[in-house]
Amino acid sequence: MSKETPTKDTRSTCCYCGVGCGIIIESDGTRITGVRGDPDHPANFGRLCSKGSTLHLTARDEMRALYPELRTVRGEERQRVSWDGALDAVAEKFASVIREHGPDAVGFYVSGQLLTEDYYVFNKLAKGLIGTNNVDTNSRLCMSSAVAGYKATLGADAPPGCYEDIDFAKCIFIAGSNTAYAHPIVFRRIEDARKKNPDLKLIVADPRCTDTASAADLHLAILPGTDVALFNAMLHVMLREGWTDTDYIAAHTEGLAQLKATVRDYTPQHVAEICGIAAEDIVQAACWFAQGPTLSLYCQGLNQSTQGTQKNAALINLHLATGQIGKPGAAPLSLTGQPNAMGGREVGGLANLLSGHRDLDNPAHRAEVAALWGVPDVPAQPGKTAVEMFEAVRRGEIRALWIACTNPAQSMPDLNMIKEALDAAELVVVQEAFRNTDTVAYADVLLPATTWGEKEGTVTNSERCISRVRSAVPVPGEARHDWQIVVDFAQRLALRLGKRNVLNYANTEEIFNEHRATTQGRDLDIGGLSYALLESAGPQQWPLLQGEMQGRKRLYGDGMFPTSSGKARFANTVYIPVAEDTDARYSLHLNTGRLRDQWHGMSRTGGVGRLFSHVEEPLLSMHGNDMKRRGLDEGDMVKVSSRRGQLNVRVSASDEMRAGQVFLPMHWGSQFMSGLGANALTNSAFDPQSKQPELKHAAVQVEKLNLPWEMVAMRSGDALKRMARLQPLLANFDFAALGLYGHDEELVVLRVAHAAAVPDDTLVQIDAILGLDDEKKMMNYRDARRGISKRALMEDGRLLGVRLTGETAARDWLKEIIAQGADVQALRPWLLAPLSAPPAGQVQRGRIVCNCLDVSEQEILQEAKNGLDVSGIQAKLKCGTKCGSCLPELKRLATVQQGVTA
Amino acid sequence: MKKMKLVMVGNGMAGVRTLEELLKLVPEMYDITVFGAEPYPNYNRIMLSPVLAGEQQIQDIILNDLDWYAQHNITLHLNKKVVRINRPRKIVYAEDGTMAEYDRLLLATGSSPFILPVPGKELEGVIGYRDIHDTNAMIDAAGKYKHAVIIGGGLLGLEAANGLALRGMDVTVVHLMPWLMERQLDQDSARMLQASLENKGLKFLLERQTQELVGNEQGRVSAIRFKDGNEIPADLVVMAVGIRPNTALAESAGIHCNRGIVVNDTMQTYDPSIYAVGECVSHRGTAYGLVAPLFDMGKVCANHLARMGIARYQGSVTSTKLKVTGIDLFSAGDFTGNEKTEDIVLHDAAGGVYKKLVLQDDKLVGAVMYGDTKDGSWYFQMIRDGKNVAEIRDHLLFGQSHLGNTGHQGQSSAATMPDEMEVCGCNGVCKGTIVKAIKEQGLFTLDEVRKHTKASASCGSCTGLCEQILASTLGGAYAPQTSTAKPMCGCTELTHEEVRKAIREEKLLSIPQAMQFLNWTTPNGCASCRPALNYYLICAWPHEVKDDPQSRFINERAHANIQKDGTFSVVPRMYGGITSPDQLRRIADVADKYHIPTVKVTGGQRIDLFGVKKEDLPKVWADLAMPSGFAYGKSLRTVKTCVGSEWCRFGVQNSTQMGIDIELAFDRMWTPHKLKIAVSGCPRNCAEASIKDVGVIGVDSGWEIYVGGNGGIKTEVAQFLVKVKTHDEVLEYTGAFTQLYREEARYLDRTVHYIERVGLDHVKRHVVQDAANRKDLYARLLYALEGARDPWAKENINPREFAALTI
Repeated sequence: MSKETPTKDTRSTCCYCGVGCGIIIESDGTRITGVRGDPDHPANFGRLCSKGSTLHLTARDEMRALYPELRTVRGEERQRVSWDGALDAVAEKFASVIREHGPDAVGFYVSGQLLTEDYYVFNKLAKGLIGTNNVDTNSRLCMSSAVAGYKATLGADAPPGCYEDIDFAKCIFIAGSNTAYAHPIVFRRIEDARKKNPDLKLIVADPRCTDTASAADLHLAILPGTDVALFNAMLHVMLREGWTDTDYIAAHTEGLAQLKATVRDYTPQHVAEICGIAAEDIVQAACWFAQGPTLSLYCQGLNQSTQGTQKNAALINLHLATGQIGKPGAAPLSLTGQPNAMGGREVGGLANLLSGHRDLDNPAHRAEVAALWGVPDVPAQPGKTAVEMFEAVRRGEIRALWIACTNPAQSMPDLNMIKEALDAAELVVVQEAFRNTDTVAYADVLLPATTWGEKEGTVTNSERCISRVRSAVPVPGEARHDWQIVVDFAQRLALRLGKRNVLNYANTEEIFNEHRATTQGRDLDIGGLSYALLESAGPQQWPLLQGEMQGRKRLYGDGMFPTSSGKARFANTVYIPVAEDTDARYSLHLNTGRLRDQWHGMSRTGGVGRLFSHVEEPLLSMHGNDMKRRGLDEGDMVKVSSRRGQLNVRVSASDEMRAGQVFLPMHWGSQFMSGLGANALTNSAFDPQSKQPELKHAAVQVEKLNLPWEMVAMRSGDALKRMARLQPLLANFDFAALGLYGHDEELVVLRVAHAAAVPDDTLVQIDAILGLDDEKKMMNYRDARRGISKRALMEDGRLLGVRLTGETAARDWLKEIIAQGADVQALRPWLLAPLSAPPAGQVQRGRIVCNCLDVSEQEILQEAKNGLDVSGIQAKLKCGTKCGSCLPELKRLATVQQGVTA
Repeated sequence: MKKMKLVMVGNGMAGVRTLEELLKLVPEMYDITVFGAEPYPNYNRIMLSPVLAGEQQIQDIILNDLDWYAQHNITLHLNKKVVRINRPRKIVYAEDGTMAEYDRLLLATGSSPFILPVPGKELEGVIGYRDIHDTNAMIDAAGKYKHAVIIGGGLLGLEAANGLALRGMDVTVVHLMPWLMERQLDQDSARMLQASLENKGLKFLLERQTQELVGNEQGRVSAIRFKDGNEIPADLVVMAVGIRPNTALAESAGIHCNRGIVVNDTMQTYDPSIYAVGECVSHRGTAYGLVAPLFDMGKVCANHLARMGIARYQGSVTSTKLKVTGIDLFSAGDFTGNEKTEDIVLHDAAGGVYKKLVLQDDKLVGAVMYGDTKDGSWYFQMIRDGKNVAEIRDHLLFGQSHLGNTGHQGQSSAATMPDEMEVCGCNGVCKGTIVKAIKEQGLFTLDEVRKHTKASASCGSCTGLCEQILASTLGGAYAPQTSTAKPMCGCTELTHEEVRKAIREEKLLSIPQAMQFLNWTTPNGCASCRPALNYYLICAWPHEVKDDPQSRFINERAHANIQKDGTFSVVPRMYGGITSPDQLRRIADVADKYHIPTVKVTGGQRIDLFGVKKEDLPKVWADLAMPSGFAYGKSLRTVKTCVGSEWCRFGVQNSTQMGIDIELAFDRMWTPHKLKIAVSGCPRNCAEASIKDVGVIGVDSGWEIYVGGNGGIKTEVAQFLVKVKTHDEVLEYTGAFTQLYREEARYLDRTVHYIERVGLDHVKRHVVQDAANRKDLYARLLYALEGARDPWAKENINPREFAALTI
């Protein structure tokens, strides 16, 4: 960055998880050049995690959809068209489907990553203009159990706590959340709180010993799906020991008697067996929880379950029984996975909700919304929720599907079903900022949308805090804002349907103001909030009533709940096992989840090299004993299969899970690997109340796979362009993983394993894409009978690219020397040798732990071996001193090493 | 005694090397006379190119100066060309009438450059490139003329071209073939070579055939004209299109020649008193033009002239190195390959490196290298050794220094290994120990490392790693062993096979006799050759040779196993694992009487008595009244059996009886290493026959015989040898295999190692396919075992061995 370019700072928010960190975007007016945490934002006070701090690196046109595209015949390539051409065609089809088959023959599947304003117009378009409730979102896969849990117990979808409670809590109970990975900034705050208050107890309930769990004072490594039993047992103990707050129960709750009868059976001894943990740990957890103040933080481990609502409610039961709610440090606070899942809920952007936390099945609510929108009525018939919607598409009930800002072809469970649905749809419209998502492949019409750094509006984070999202740079190509696309479409559709267009907006503020009006008198009333106030006073939590200048930090401090009786209700929660039990054919429990440095389907993080250096390829984590029983060695190829699909991946030993369980990251999809990703295996069975599918658990089998032919191809320079050209080839291989690598110099890395040698023309194609095809410059090695062919490109003493086939022992150190970009002329004779370690004693760096400062696991272990503790290591290597996302791992590595030397 | 007369015709490198070898063997046997046609003593002809290039002087390349001839009393006739041999009278005549009588005549007349039969070949300025005279002519011409044309883009032609270019001439190389050095290089490497030579200023005309040489008025060549009509100027034409063996003298004497003087593997011509070596000979139809084979011939020829009579010349695989400064080029063996061969190629166009290896049946048969030739001699050695390279195949092309990495699956390179990492799993030796030993004891070879640390001394799977540790510790001082034809030990240059052959063929009957005959370099041998020699002698001449107890280790001297506390263990034989109450009672009594602390059942179905004092051994044996189980020897150990059809519901053959019969038949047999046999009565194989040196498994229709199993350091599953029907066949096949192993294995090779070396096919050929040979083998075994004595029997005990030491 030259110094002459003036830097412009733009305050916005991070577009990844629901922590909702404030971020300052640095730009030169046309290009985003950097990011830093917003020191004034109440969510993060200037901190960013490894993902957020690399956001500027994702602002690249190469990854973007920049022009509308259309195809009229399935299977053909889409052609670039004008916006008018694209929108007219879509409006025409929608209108004709609606006319012929009714409004419920169309559906909208949108996203918790949309801004509140975008969300609002989508919701109004479906429910107000078209007259269908078929608008659901990927929040269904994420937070709908939390919504249902809150509503079942507290009466409204309102997280009662706030991040500040972390500082007041004496017990933090994390359930079903790997906070250290998924919500790193929250975890930083927990670390700080523990530093300040050494008595603070951290309890983590998670089948895996994640970095979060390994930091806990008490890890309850429950068996998958047994959360309700655990919570009920804790309640059993509390009731038995008299640790409940009987006054609070009497004054502010109802329904305990029935629940009491239920939990009588959940003795610690009995539940210890169900959960696979020690009875005394249950008692200990109950004790710490009851003493309080206790803050519960929870996420997909509770939500993504056929029992999601029950799990949420059972945990909230504990808060109600002990009065741990509505006071500093005491609340059940669900962490949201997406930046604006909350905003979506506020505008009622789900198939069974209405604007302003109103309910679809309440005629009064429907009438209020119809009046606000100026439409005769809104439909009463609940719309199709995510899984139901795709099933309806597959059955042909829904004919035209509009997908915006999300990637169901990767994120939905049971992907083979989703593929069938997308193939069956008459029209698939995809409104998307990124070119290469799995879903874009199914788009008949691709509508290029703006994204982070370009668009503006508001978002609400996990603690009900509304922030402004602002644009820093101009819109690239012909992309349009999401709300604008809806408005442009609505006008065309209204005309064709002969309806009055109720979606006329000139800017987001107009939409916001209309949304504000729908909240008035509701629990989330933001009558007092405006863009101007957000501008002058910064982010605000809801509710913020008219006349107030500041939002409310905590809810229910007065013990009044938004239920008909004003009392909170104990839910009568009964433990039901996971939807799909293991059996002889599918004998292992599959757990899916997040990695530290990737987010969702990688459409954004997958464009940043250094975000691959912590974990480079999809790996199935498996317990060492399970591997031994199957004759598996580290790195062996395996076939993971469930009743619905299969996936070929490498296996890696991990003691995070107990034997009988395996773990697969959810991020990789068909753009980054052969196969559909983890969700080829997962189960679409969903919670009867929240309709959230059980993405967290499936019964699978793991078999050793013999794919003896291996290839690793790597090339620095033009990494994203080359990656995009390699993506269509992935499906040709039994196993392939595509990714990036490198801190500064980025390279694209393709790893392949196949049952037999692939045809030569495939290799020629790959060589051409990677620029490894100029024979005059190449270093070549071939042994035809062994099926070995290797080539390398060196220029000016630097290694630029390598393609190893048949034998790939040197892949890791070659990758490192390409990334280092150093002069390696001296290594020339060895570049193509089958060496698993670099020659001449260079040290191989291995996995990168600290992404910001590029420090590897080996380097950390070496210092730990030299006797340094965490702070000593940090002083020397600087790792974990910037974003801190690697701190839990750093601590773990340092302790492990000390354990060894002790 | 009157000395014999040896006359050598030709004073070149091959001949003089033969004399040097001969003088080393038998300095006094001959009166030697040498005729040389050139005026110089023996010089290094292959170094003429550096002389031409101006990098060396003539005196630098003289190998044997006149003093050398004088010192060895060699009569040297320089400038005298021998023109006639009178074979009946054994006299040679030179042109000037000088004559010499001989008892043995050595023809080393060399070769001459081939001159193309084109018009103008006799013009002035048209020469070959062979000797100092030619070299001087070229140097002379370079001073006077401008245009030089070399005909022939082979090794010699290119060296000449390079030399002349360095001397300032404008040089064009004319070559008939599509690429240079087609006999040594493939097209890829030749193109790279041509490009670098072009960079040095040479010009090339490929695929040109010379029509005629055009002369000027002075009778000197002025131009060369090609078949295509083109013509280029030429003031000097050097013909380097090949050599022709000088056979005129031999042919005139009626000695059989066919593109060279025809010799047999002892370098003898058709006249028994006339030998020939060097470029003039044709051996097995091949004439060699490179120096290494000529030296090999010289060594063999000297051996026979010295009447040693054991060496054979079996042809050479040749290798080529181009001596043009700044150009690294090497080729060896069959580098073009054929439909049965496979190539491994490394082509680094930008880096100027090309390497190609040609393999056939997992063996290296050829190599071409350009730009990086440092491993040339290593490849060449492997080509000549016929070493199986399957295991190192992927590493091969990256050279010898790279190989250490393969020691342990290539997971760690020695340099980066931590000191505490274990290198040798068998003996529990870690890297630090090896490095310390190398540094403190000044070790330089793998053998020394083995001796001092025991690393790599057992199963050997860490050998590569040990070598790499040596290399990384010693740096440049490390020179890995290059040949697999290793001498038996440091006391001789001969291999195990050569020693055994000599023992057999020369009927050597004692260790001193063998050492003397085979020129042992140490007076009494060493701990590794004495036991081997003792065994080889006994095996070859079982009834003639007297066992030498001093050449046996303590176990075989004491006929019991020494234990860590210095006591011994005693295992009496229980044939087939069958014992009786009476035997058991005796064993119990002995254990009580001699206070034997531990009585243990062995894995071989016998009973081991531990903690017997040495002086008690004879008494223990006497009280046991059972024969020695040979549990201590390089000998037949146990024959393990299952209970077989006698008792077992599944048994289909009487394995117990078969085991007993085998054990009785082969009892007291010495073998290269311990030999274990087992017999199972059905394929359930309860006797674990598949991990024994010989495993016999009963099946419905007879017996299957397996060989080469090993349950030791590295478990090896025995390989199927043959299926037979009858009891007697089992004994015959088992015996024949055992005898083959006894006769061919190196001392201390288990059957698995032996089979690995010779191949199972070899064993099958000798034992299964060749019935007559099988019977012979079996007969030899039975003969060897005839009258073998029980060492525990009172009469066979050497009382001195067991006498208490008095100091």
